[in-house]
Amino acid sequence: MSARVQTWLWIVQRASALVLAVVVAIHLATMVYVIHGGLSAGQILARTRGSVAWLVVYGSFVTAAAVHAPIGLRPVLSEWSPLPPRAIDATALIFALLLAVLGWRAVLGLYV
Amino acid sequence: MGTADTLDVAIWRGAREGEYVTYSVPARANQTVLDVVTYVQRHLEPTLAYRFACRVGVCGSCAMSVNGVPRWTCRTHIDKVAKDRRLRVGPLRNLPVIKDLTTDMRPFFRKWQRAQGYFRAGQGRRDGFARVRPDSEARRQADAGIECINCAVCYAACDVVAWNQDYLGPAALNRAWTLINDCRDGAANERLRAVAGDAGCHACHSHQSCVEYCPMELNPTAAIAGLKRAVLKRTLKGAL
Repeated sequence: MSARVQTWLWIVQRASALVLAVVVAIHLATMVYVIHGGLSAGQILARTRGSVAWLVVYGSFVTAAAVHAPIGLRPVLSEWSPLPPRAIDATALIFALLLAVLGWRAVLGLYV
Repeated sequence: MGTADTLDVAIWRGAREGEYVTYSVPARANQTVLDVVTYVQRHLEPTLAYRFACRVGVCGSCAMSVNGVPRWTCRTHIDKVAKDRRLRVGPLRNLPVIKDLTTDMRPFFRKWQRAQGYFRAGQGRRDGFARVRPDSEARRQADAGIECINCAVCYAACDVVAWNQDYLGPAALNRAWTLINDCRDGAANERLRAVAGDAGCHACHSHQSCVEYCPMELNPTAAIAGLKRAVLKRTLKGAL
């Protein structure tokens, strides 16, 4: 992987962190509200189904997380595991796909 | 523990394989770690290998690991590091050991070259003098890192260097940053390309061990952060 691509990964990771800072705050505030309000699963789904706003919030959450975390996993594996660079990039890519698929499955579960 | 008049000094003997050997050295007022090592070499162990030159904190030759911490030994007083009259002196970390306290500095200086830590003139002799205002931001940034003495203390202190053999390290990146801020230099883009990526400034975790141990009290972490900003700006403009 070229230094140019590595630089772009770094930039994208910082950009995704900016998105996460906002959506994680919304997520935590929502969780506190839901628990204090004592909403049931049904009441939550009634609010999220068909709501484009919640789709955007949680869609950008899982997309940003699927981008952010695997980029951070690369240096962890490179510094702490004996894996060669290609295996590390492959692992990070698989991890990214896993987060994206599982995350979007959950988001669509709330929306549809 | 040494007596009131002596110090117990454990010194690394060997290369990659070896052991610490303890010597008893007279305790004196105003003694530096380098004085102690020199005493051992002159009076107790003539085959002891170590490196020094100026003895006054200018040349950057005498850095060693003292009680597990990288230090310039010529300016490190025993009173400061051996309160219980014990001392453990080894070679710098993260560099191959040639013999005893002498490390092979070539990887350190090769990385200095790889980071393009050398001036490349952007103008010729027919151009006018560059006007550098002493209070300009670029000049102040260059000033902040220019006093590096290449002692490799930061390189030995850096955990990222220990984990990532390709990482350029704090000193080379600090030097690159001073040159990025030198308006007379004409190779900023090439240099930023050389220091970007997983082996360069983007590998830094900002642990700041370099800041903690730099004997000149420089801040390579801030220089590396500056490089990250410069690489970001020029990458977004499409210049890199």
